[in-house]
Amino acid sequence: MSLAALQADFRHWLEQSDEAAAARLGSDRSAGLAVYQNNYRAQLMACLVDAFPQTLAWLGEAAFESAAAHHIDAVPPSSWSLDHYPGGFPATLAALYPRDPEIAELAQLEWLLSEIFVATDAWPLTLDMLSEVDWERATLRLVPGALTIALSTNAAAIWTALNAGEEPPAAALLPEEEALLLWRQGFTSCFRRLDADEATLLSSLADGRAFADLCAALAADRGEEAGLQRAGELLARWAGEECLASSV
Amino acid sequence: MIDPRFSGFGLGLRKPHYAAFLDGSADVDFVEVISENFMVPGGRPRDILRRVLANYPVALHGVSLSIGSAEGLDRGYLARLRALADEVDPLFVSDHLCWTRTGGFNAHDLLPLPLTEEALAVVCANIDQAQDALGRTMLFENPSSYLSFVGSEMSEWAFLAEMTRRTGCDLLLDINNIHVSGHNHGFDPRAYLAGLPLDRVRQIHLAGHSQGAHLLIDTHDQPVPDPVWRLYGEAMARLGPVAVMIERDDNIPPLEELIAELDIARAHGRQVVAA
Repeated sequence: MSLAALQADFRHWLEQSDEAAAARLGSDRSAGLAVYQNNYRAQLMACLVDAFPQTLAWLGEAAFESAAAHHIDAVPPSSWSLDHYPGGFPATLAALYPRDPEIAELAQLEWLLSEIFVATDAWPLTLDMLSEVDWERATLRLVPGALTIALSTNAAAIWTALNAGEEPPAAALLPEEEALLLWRQGFTSCFRRLDADEATLLSSLADGRAFADLCAALAADRGEEAGLQRAGELLARWAGEECLASSV
Repeated sequence: MIDPRFSGFGLGLRKPHYAAFLDGSADVDFVEVISENFMVPGGRPRDILRRVLANYPVALHGVSLSIGSAEGLDRGYLARLRALADEVDPLFVSDHLCWTRTGGFNAHDLLPLPLTEEALAVVCANIDQAQDALGRTMLFENPSSYLSFVGSEMSEWAFLAEMTRRTGCDLLLDINNIHVSGHNHGFDPRAYLAGLPLDRVRQIHLAGHSQGAHLLIDTHDQPVPDPVWRLYGEAMARLGPVAVMIERDDNIPPLEELIAELDIARAHGRQVVAA
């Protein structure tokens, strides 16, 4: 058997408990093959448990492990980094629990926070830097890794309660989607809810829009004075929260 | 530039012990980190690494190179490892004699290779590629294994010896892995040591294991047991300058317990020098 064929058979044994593949690897190898398969599955299970503590708390241990086992069967790892493996789990949860959308949204929130945790470092724009910026030309951008998402359920409130060790609220669909900003402040991943106009403005930052354009959009929506006042409020808040990169 | 004949006693960087490595109070000569844990764009892991580097020399120990993959190496992975190594200027860059990846699948476990001429040729070609990409000599660790393949054509020590001869790579000798594999496959650990080019051993791992139903399992969750200490003593009597460390990955005790275990390793080293 060639090395490539041996490695393909070993893969099929690990992924699918393929007995024919195991037999080709050696009929008297069952004890050793069992060790490797146990290691493979145990490592992926531990990875998912570590990555989704609040989703586990919400689902309960038995349901979480059942879903994780399903995911391990359905989605074999492909990346060089085990840290990338949990990224597909929210989609598996969405498929397993179509009537409980808060579960997948909770898992997605946990996954995105963990991705932001290791995003590229950047100096944030801070309040004391605002006076030095040429606002006629400035283009705002979020710190690396920061993003906005929209949730249809109260998953964010569930995460917050569970993370604080408090009793979570009952799952609920929201009357309208809730926009969240996720970013890293210092070395801590965080998120907060966004007002509707703020969500629209922040999502447009990804397009590299000038601050002057944002002011104009707010002025058109609220009138000149109120629009500029709102722009100032938002800018001060974003700078205070260190969610904007400093090179504006 | 780091002394190519570094000798000293170290520990793996594990989260429960971060504080002592960050303030420099841990009594070790070097620290080994898992490369992949720090092959990330930024955030706290990179900050931790920078601060540990301010206090200790660091060795990079990888688990995902997959040097035995028949399909070759992942160039993206190599580029990331190169970037990390350039930033860290590590004592060593090491990985394992194993494979983890085939056909877009990554097992995240150190899977065994058949000890064949074909596998040797694959491993050596991959090592040449990795060392060229990194611009460094790498160390490869002897694995623990739980099965051997029909058709193997040589002993593991003969495989390792020929691998170092062909590629110029060095060895990370895991004493516990020799003991575990010796038990599982029925070879004499002393014959293993005798068959290795010990002048190529730059680093030693010491660890504990667990007894499975039929096999010893390399769990790294126990203190170093007596048979491993004895084999370590025999190895140290024949080695030149070498970096020695305790590798504990699970059931991690307080740092003081690992330092006490490291003191046993230091004492063995002194006994060997005295002899």
